Amino acid sequence: MVLPFHLTLLLFLPAAGALVLAMLPARDHRLAKQVALFITALDLLLALMLWPAYTQLAAASRFAFEEQYAWIPTLGVGYHLGVDGLSLPLVVLTGLLGFLAVLVSWHIEHRAKLYFSLLLVLQTGVLGVFMSLDFVLFFLFWELELLPMYLLISIWGSPPPVGRREYSAMKFLIYTLFGSAFMLTGLLILGFTTGTFDLVKLSSLPLQAIGVPTTLVFWLIFIAFAVKLPVFPLHTWLPDAHTDAPTAVSVLLAGVLLKMGGYGILRICITLFPDVAYVWAPTLALLAGVSVLYGGLVTLRQRDLKRLIAYSSVSHMGYVLLGVAALGEAALTGAALQMVTHGTITALLFAAVGLIYDKAHTRQIPELQGLMHRMPFIGLAFMIAGLASLGLPGMSGFVAEFLVFTGSFGEFPMYTVMGVLGIVLSAGYILWTAERSFFRALPHRWEHLQDAVAVERIPLVVLMATIFVIGLWPRLVTDVLKLGIAPIAEAVKRLG
Amino acid sequence: MDLLALRELLPELILIATGLVVILVDLVTNDKRVLPIVSAVGVLLSIVFTVTGLSALLRSPFVVEVYSVPGAVSADALAYMFRLLLSASTLAVIGASSDYVQRRLIGARGEFYALLLFAAAAMMILTAATELITAYVALETSGIALYALSGFLRDRRSSEAGIKFLVLGGVSSAFLLYGMVILFGLTGTTSYAGIAPALHAAFRENALPISLAVVLIVAGFGFKLAAFPFQMWVPDVYEGAPTPVTMFLSVVSKAAGFGVALRIFHLALGAPPVALEWTYIFAALAALTMTLGNLAALRQHNIKRLMGYSSVAQAGYLMAALAVPNDTGTAAVTFFLISYAVTNLAAFAAIIALTEGLASEAISDLAGAAQRSPFLAFCFTIALLSLTGIPPTAGFFAKLTVFGVAVNQGLLWLVLVGVVNSVISAYYYMAIVKAMYVGSAKDERTIPAGLALTTVLVCTTALTVLLGIAPDAVVSAASTAAAWLP
Repeated sequence: MVLPFHLTLLLFLPAAGALVLAMLPARDHRLAKQVALFITALDLLLALMLWPAYTQLAAASRFAFEEQYAWIPTLGVGYHLGVDGLSLPLVVLTGLLGFLAVLVSWHIEHRAKLYFSLLLVLQTGVLGVFMSLDFVLFFLFWELELLPMYLLISIWGSPPPVGRREYSAMKFLIYTLFGSAFMLTGLLILGFTTGTFDLVKLSSLPLQAIGVPTTLVFWLIFIAFAVKLPVFPLHTWLPDAHTDAPTAVSVLLAGVLLKMGGYGILRICITLFPDVAYVWAPTLALLAGVSVLYGGLVTLRQRDLKRLIAYSSVSHMGYVLLGVAALGEAALTGAALQMVTHGTITALLFAAVGLIYDKAHTRQIPELQGLMHRMPFIGLAFMIAGLASLGLPGMSGFVAEFLVFTGSFGEFPMYTVMGVLGIVLSAGYILWTAERSFFRALPHRWEHLQDAVAVERIPLVVLMATIFVIGLWPRLVTDVLKLGIAPIAEAVKRLG
Repeated sequence: MDLLALRELLPELILIATGLVVILVDLVTNDKRVLPIVSAVGVLLSIVFTVTGLSALLRSPFVVEVYSVPGAVSADALAYMFRLLLSASTLAVIGASSDYVQRRLIGARGEFYALLLFAAAAMMILTAATELITAYVALETSGIALYALSGFLRDRRSSEAGIKFLVLGGVSSAFLLYGMVILFGLTGTTSYAGIAPALHAAFRENALPISLAVVLIVAGFGFKLAAFPFQMWVPDVYEGAPTPVTMFLSVVSKAAGFGVALRIFHLALGAPPVALEWTYIFAALAALTMTLGNLAALRQHNIKRLMGYSSVAQAGYLMAALAVPNDTGTAAVTFFLISYAVTNLAAFAAIIALTEGLASEAISDLAGAAQRSPFLAFCFTIALLSLTGIPPTAGFFAKLTVFGVAVNQGLLWLVLVGVVNSVISAYYYMAIVKAMYVGSAKDERTIPAGLALTTVLVCTTALTVLLGIAPDAVVSAASTAAAWLP
């Protein structure tokens, strides 16, 4: 069932919820949490309602549930929302992780009202990026997540001496803004030379005729997404931001914010400039290969669990770029699926590590030793996420990586081999980390530790379930993704 | 001159009359709290006349012929937009400053409001002037009022600000006057409309004197607009002057300066061969001004000084559109100024409340302000986001239009400099947000903010957000007014 203005409702419900939270009495933490949970649950429901409706729609038009109104006609800016097979899974993922992030934050007592308001504004920002079909609207939501992220990290992050939350938050802000400054330039060139910012219209225009080299515009816009994804050498904000962010923010950052980068590359860079992407594909593949290997090697050396997962994200998001560079339908589908699966896997890893840190007050791997004896449930969640992350068949990570590699091997055999080496590295650091943190003898000082309680188990269970569901029945997601990928792959094929 | 034509100057005349009334009321009453009320009523009345005129003009450009004061002041839609911008901003300054003036400017309250009104009236004439002499006289009239206002606190820093402003302002006026004299000598007319064709003819014979005149005028305006390398007075004056005067300088004075620059450069000097003399100078100065303003702002600890450098940087962005001598450039400057005005008025209303409430101008002393006064901190944050150019605020669309017209003009390099500058500026603007939200307060009490100031803060913040969500009405009004310039 689809409501009238469904996408607008889905998009602005969290922001409206943030306003409601701001009106609540300051001291009532419980009420703030309950309101936030209710709003995000409702939003998740709205997102899930789209799924059956979309699969029933025979792909009659390119985008479904479109809403299009003139917004700033003087400048050619429109309010244009819509989802396709590429964005729908990411919208649902955002709804799911937004809901779980509230549960993960259930213990927050310090300035809870502000915390949950920011979390909700962040959700509107991310959803807006995945649903906007106008470049200015897209940019607006792209920047909307900045301030909430900045404040969430710098107020609720790891305080000194453990972390450097204010430094990391500012680094995140400056890196993202740096990227979006270039995106803004590219957006201005496109919009002011063609007179429209509508992404659907732009994709049907002959952009080679705008008078500015399309290669330049492509790279200007690509930089913003490369910072977000992140691609080596623009990744250095990520480990800092992840390490110092509160758990729920790490979950969202790894789960959906990085995907905004991958999504942007597919939706804007590749869709608008398939010709440029085709020419520069070897460079993209090289960047991808380096990201995978460099990320993997650096991960091996990490002692902090969160930093370890952060660097592994750099490595795993390299697969997304590798799939994009290959430009075939299978590889692009793999890249899109990798975004979804990495979203759930890494969210689970961060949720588990967050619980460990809450209980043991350390994330240093050498200190953890034998946590499995006291926290079997958290250990199990970490192991499942870890095994999915290293690509064990039957779990979601395997399908995505397999698709990427089969798609990219024909185009870039060498970089694909680099990618496969990355898998070997993953196996190394995941298993080694698990051994050092969970399966050694229990040190005396951890005797008092307790396993996860009910409210903490819900997010873990849900995320574990998604890993197995996608792993065993990947067509559930890939069939939808393909509907969004097919037109992009088609445009590239016409060039070749 | 036809006296009836003076009715076209009604908005200005009302302000001047109100100023005189304020001085008289100041003489006979002991309750000085009525002074801002009298001033505000006068400004409101002036706004009513401006709005009626503007709404008629935006419907049809042909009213121009009927109403203008012949040969001195134009009554086109753009002039009315600037009048509205200037008078509404003056109203906001009066509202935000009433408590400050009551407490800090004992013995000079009547003069404060009167000078503010005279300056505003002069600036309104300045932006509507259609010839050089009117513009120059209006510029000097407003200047004298501003020099006096800057020194109003009578302490060391304030007096230094006043003197510095006076001396440098005088020098820059001299530059401007020399430039204008040369233009008059070359063309034999002082009207902008007459200068343009005459210059075109003179340009073929000898371009050198024209270049000299242009450079002198650019230098003169460079000071008024706080452009590199004439920006050195800004931090000292902004810091030393009473905060409401700083607010007035950063918004009303800046808007008036760009308003007159638009007319002189885009109308009198905007035709192609002459325009080439200065568009590249302005493009280069724009890049230098924004870069210098932002880099210097990074090192500031005093909030008023920081806002001084911030206004230099913003002038840099504005000059990027000033360097586009056509109606899209004019429209972009106008929209940017409107956005910047509502934003900076909100910022300064918050700054007045915060610096007075905390008895400190240091940014580090803002720690915990968000917990003490969540609403005040929220409004200030919106204003700072807008200054950075982050959506959904007015500042975002302001930058979008300015950089957009620059791209269309082929100034891609300038746009790249501009967007990188926005990133630099995020560092110091967000540092203020960080101080307010991340730091913890030593004191739990709410920071006091009077009713008038709160009203100004709410209205300007609301407009900042509104222009960030639904800017089309203002964007299209600005482009209509620019396209219909005579």
